Amino acid sequence: MILLKLILTNLSRHRVRSFISIAGIAFSVAAMLTIVTILQGAVGMFSGILSSDSQIIVFERNVSDLFFSDVAPSALKEIASWPMVQHADPVLFGIVSSADHPIITCFGVTEADARIRKATWIKGDRAEFGKHDDDVVLGERAADFLATTVGSRVQIGHGSFHVIGILQTTNGFEDGGVFMPLSSAQSFFHKNGSSVITIKLRSKDEIAAFKSAVKARFPNLIALEDQEFTRSYSQFKILKATAWAVGGCGLLLGGLGVANTMIMSVFTRIREIAILRVNGFSNAQIAGMIFGESALVAVAGAFAGLVIGTCFLLVLQRIPALHGYVDVTIEPLVVMIVIVLALLTGVAGALYPAVYAMRIRAVEALRFE
Amino acid sequence: MSNLSSTTNGSARVVLSAEQVWKSYDAGAITVLKGVNFEAVEGRTVALCGPSGCGKSTLLHLLGGLDEADQGRVTVNGRELGRDPSPLRMLRHEVGFVFQLHNLIPDLTLEENCLIPTVAAALDRKMARARLRELAERTGLGHRLNHRIQKLSGGERQRTALCRALMNKPRILLADEPTGSLDEQTSASVFQLLLDLVATEGVTLVMATHDRGLASRCDRLVEMRDGRIHESSSL
Repeated sequence: MILLKLILTNLSRHRVRSFISIAGIAFSVAAMLTIVTILQGAVGMFSGILSSDSQIIVFERNVSDLFFSDVAPSALKEIASWPMVQHADPVLFGIVSSADHPIITCFGVTEADARIRKATWIKGDRAEFGKHDDDVVLGERAADFLATTVGSRVQIGHGSFHVIGILQTTNGFEDGGVFMPLSSAQSFFHKNGSSVITIKLRSKDEIAAFKSAVKARFPNLIALEDQEFTRSYSQFKILKATAWAVGGCGLLLGGLGVANTMIMSVFTRIREIAILRVNGFSNAQIAGMIFGESALVAVAGAFAGLVIGTCFLLVLQRIPALHGYVDVTIEPLVVMIVIVLALLTGVAGALYPAVYAMRIRAVEALRFE
Repeated sequence: MSNLSSTTNGSARVVLSAEQVWKSYDAGAITVLKGVNFEAVEGRTVALCGPSGCGKSTLLHLLGGLDEADQGRVTVNGRELGRDPSPLRMLRHEVGFVFQLHNLIPDLTLEENCLIPTVAAALDRKMARARLRELAERTGLGHRLNHRIQKLSGGERQRTALCRALMNKPRILLADEPTGSLDEQTSASVFQLLLDLVATEGVTLVMATHDRGLASRCDRLVEMRDGRIHESSSL
């Protein structure tokens, strides 16, 4: 209790300094939580696009980005004919821009694609999809920001298209995207094939056999299960690494704040530490007191940061332009990692001050101060 | 001298001894102790007298394990300091300190200040509180336990420091000008209390002081001058 009292007393003795340290950790944690959650949400949404009613994705081996992948129509035709395949759907991804929107995701799909078959059509008739090359279907948010509706024509990139339907989808990319018949997309993006083929097998037991068959028959292609793809896709890896790195830099700054606070805390009470020393406090007890203070600052900062980060995500989610893009589902693992990192930051920030405190010579401190 | 450090001298046992102890500061520029030989017998009171800078406080610090001698041996209860890897064990259980300035933590209460040594020694909390109540009653501080140090008078603060020093029932009490910061009247009463407590508890007291009047009330007077024991006499 006395140790705890000493810890709390010292923190309350310099309230502003303690508050600034807690705020530093809190904003670092909030930044990390926000960035990681948004990027994980984005990765999740992208994975969701690929895994619509499918188990496996086939694409060109060794491409850095799926937008650069080109799977030949002959490969699609052959794979679709394999007995183990229930259905194989080609998808061509492209990025276009309109007057006010620099990035609009385009999906070149067939009428058999799950996105067309299973989506909720707010307006239009799904039976009309693919009948004309210049027909497109828009996600609800795309229709909103392009200020168009069924029956109108819309300028997308260098082409003018006829809007025949509006889809409702929970996926942010699809909600802000444009769906066009595969042949139109191939013509629009100057490609012969598709970016990927999404595969649904008749039996999950045949996944390994399917992957081996692709490897043997098409050495330039690779077949990955959806989760396997999410884990290994380099763009996702880069995004996740960037998120953690940015968050880590934030925490590093927070840690420097804690270190500064703890150094000042030790420097301003050398005499007090000397008194504890004279009364028998061991190195471990002195260090425990310093680490206890920093841990308390870090934990308080972490919880404040989680609250701030969650509020920030909720605000982002309500911004119309970001509708569907921000997934506020905070994973418990992320929360745990953030708290542990904040704690480690606090402890690391207290390392030097603790060593300094342990080296204080009681005799000199009591004699001269 | 060497055979006195841990042996029984008649019926009295030497609990504290220094043999040929040297201590200097600033890389040898200032030599404070020059081959000091000293011993204290169990349950007796010793006054170290001498002018400022003669080495009284330095000797106390060495005897209490707060500092290390450059040369010579310091023995506490038969154990030579420096060879024992943990002088803290001694500080916690065998030696108590009282300084000229009370050296209490101002943000804590009297009770919390006194309990600090028991936390360091991991003493049972109930036992610690019982010990504190006992000492507080004997020092007249029973009604001040929950008061912060800032609210206490100079005499009360020094009595608190005395309580704290005795919390772990040390066998040796080292006091460095314990009444030096108090007025004459308070000084006399605190010193009497100190003598009463050490007598009741059977504690060996070694006290550094300038006050000849107080020193004369100890069992032995040791005169120091220029880093050496100049004269030692029983009173």
